[in-house]
Amino acid sequence: MRIKLAAVLLASTVVVAGCGSNNNNQANNAKEASTNTEQSASKVENWDEITGQYRDFALDQTDKLIAETDKFVQAVKTGDVETAKSLYAPTRMYYERIEPIAEALGDLDPNIDARENDVEEKDWRGFHRIEQALWVNNTTSGAEDYASQLLDDTKTLRALIETVEVEPSLLVTGAVELLNEVSSSKVTGEEERYSHTDLYDFAANVEGAKKIYELLQAELNKQDAELEGQIGTSFANLEQALAAYKSGDGYVSYLDLKEEDTKKLSQLLDALAEPLSQMGTILGA
Amino acid sequence: MTKEKNKGNAGDSILEKPISRRDILRLAGVGGAGLLLGASGVGAILGATGKTALGAAKQSDQEDRIGFYGKHQSGITTPAQDFLMFAAFDLTTDSVDDVRKLFKAWTVASAAMAKGILIGENNENLNLPPSDTGEAAGLNPSRTTITFGVGPTFFDSRFGLAAKRPAALVDLPAFGGDELREEWCGGDIGVQVNANDMQIAFHAIRNLARIARGKAVLRWTQEGFQRTSGSDPAGSTPRNLMGFKDGTGNPDVKDESLMNDVIWAQNGDGASWMAGGSYMVVRRIRIRVEVWDRSTLGDQEATFGRHRGSGAPIGSKNELDPVDLNKKDDNGKPLIPVHSHVALARGDGSIKILRRSYSYSSGMDNRTGQFDAGLLFICYNRDTRKQFIPMQQKLGQNDALNEYIVHNGSAVFACFPGVREGGYIGDTLL
Repeated sequence: MRIKLAAVLLASTVVVAGCGSNNNNQANNAKEASTNTEQSASKVENWDEITGQYRDFALDQTDKLIAETDKFVQAVKTGDVETAKSLYAPTRMYYERIEPIAEALGDLDPNIDARENDVEEKDWRGFHRIEQALWVNNTTSGAEDYASQLLDDTKTLRALIETVEVEPSLLVTGAVELLNEVSSSKVTGEEERYSHTDLYDFAANVEGAKKIYELLQAELNKQDAELEGQIGTSFANLEQALAAYKSGDGYVSYLDLKEEDTKKLSQLLDALAEPLSQMGTILGA
Repeated sequence: MTKEKNKGNAGDSILEKPISRRDILRLAGVGGAGLLLGASGVGAILGATGKTALGAAKQSDQEDRIGFYGKHQSGITTPAQDFLMFAAFDLTTDSVDDVRKLFKAWTVASAAMAKGILIGENNENLNLPPSDTGEAAGLNPSRTTITFGVGPTFFDSRFGLAAKRPAALVDLPAFGGDELREEWCGGDIGVQVNANDMQIAFHAIRNLARIARGKAVLRWTQEGFQRTSGSDPAGSTPRNLMGFKDGTGNPDVKDESLMNDVIWAQNGDGASWMAGGSYMVVRRIRIRVEVWDRSTLGDQEATFGRHRGSGAPIGSKNELDPVDLNKKDDNGKPLIPVHSHVALARGDGSIKILRRSYSYSSGMDNRTGQFDAGLLFICYNRDTRKQFIPMQQKLGQNDALNEYIVHNGSAVFACFPGVREGGYIGDTLL
């Protein structure tokens, strides 16, 4: 696993190396940086502080994920279908907020979050396997082992995040990736195909992106106040639209959304993701 | 190039590789800056290398470039290109400042696309998504024109512009034969992109939509096509999907005073900001091709009032022969049936519009398994109230063609006058 981690880190620093190609010294510096994984991205002085704060956020979310998954897993193991169903979507939100970091950690994302057919049948486990048991078969029986594995996987996630060095580029692209997740599977209702709890994931992905924006906001404001303002307004517009679908502590079923609802949400999401994708401007050219 | 390659030497090794126009521009001083040199500057660089073959490529680029700036917007009296991508947008902002920003950004992007160069500054920065989406990179500009207009809803309460709505920008009345569907109607803004390359036309709308994010969203789009100039170098009147020539009766776009008379809004017409602009009507007309295909040639010709092969009015020989509605057959019946399309559309010949329609094919209607194909009718006129509307009222009620067509989309736009370099679309309004 350490090797995989190193590969991920190397891959993302190559990006930094390439962008300095009009300046040999800069490019060389970036290459050196990639060997000791220390970031020297231009323009921002307190990267360590920012990435440290993100790491703390990711750890906090993972702690809560473990605690909530534990309750969910207990419900599955004791055959309490209704409780398991009620805990399923809220629990997943802790994962969905930090998905990009988990995706950077090898097999963990598929183990926790693969949908049917994303992986081979024999390898399929995690939340969605249990989702299928609960909603399609209306039972927990047969899902007990997947539940145990899931709890173990969340603990592994916690351990790995502890060791990982968060790259500024991961942060910048991660925010957009979170919204791309929404755009490609949540707004279409394909993520939670049995439980139709897609709006929980939608909200969590947006919250995860918002967290990253908030961490970068001050720096972004210094370098491009208009862009920073545009992103802030677009978050507010999307949050406002999403709030209309709240129900109790959660969200309405995807099945309750009409075509004009999903279209509106999708367009607001695109309106946010486009300026958000320009946040890389703070990494310099 | 092969010949050039053989006599290549170490000094001009770069020319031994296939080289794109963009590479040449890069040699000339990188992207947009290279274009500032103009043709002579690029030519000088090519001349210095002694490579005339590349000079020829540049020459054809030049011919395929239609300037974005000018007295009138391009894409109206411009001879029709091979392809169309039409898009209607709705504004999501309610700030007129945002609209102005959008129009400025669209102007800069459109001018670049008309030249065939990349949009924006960030096309080399690995930390950012490229400003231009890239699928038209290195391509000949292919006579790209991008034509902008605003619809009636642009003048509702959102932007405080109600007083500036031209009287000629009317909401169309319901016409006979209308089966309008919300999904193909209206729009705050209409954009007509034409090019001799579909990929380039799509690229334009895609990038305009991207630039608009947060300010405007797509409302509906329609792609269109005709026979290409490659298949018909002579440029004869194109045929619609019914197999008949369409647009024979168009006024002569080279006749400037006629254009001022029937196409361009004039000072004194009402809204002064529209002087030099034109009113666009868009109708998505589905053709019931399955039904049409099983009607006899005689019925088809009687429906149009023209011969299918030549395009000539019934009873005449040549396409451009005059349409004489008084000609009778041996039984004293009009040769051109009174309810034929040409008889009604032409009327007494006093009403003229400039048609710029394209055929469309949008896959299959899943309810019936039949084609969703037809005509994206686009026309320009100086005053829709006096030209398109009375013409369509007659057609909607009586046109024999109605048996085979259904109008399922509709929109009207006031297309701005042309933009001066340094200005922006709609700057006479905003």
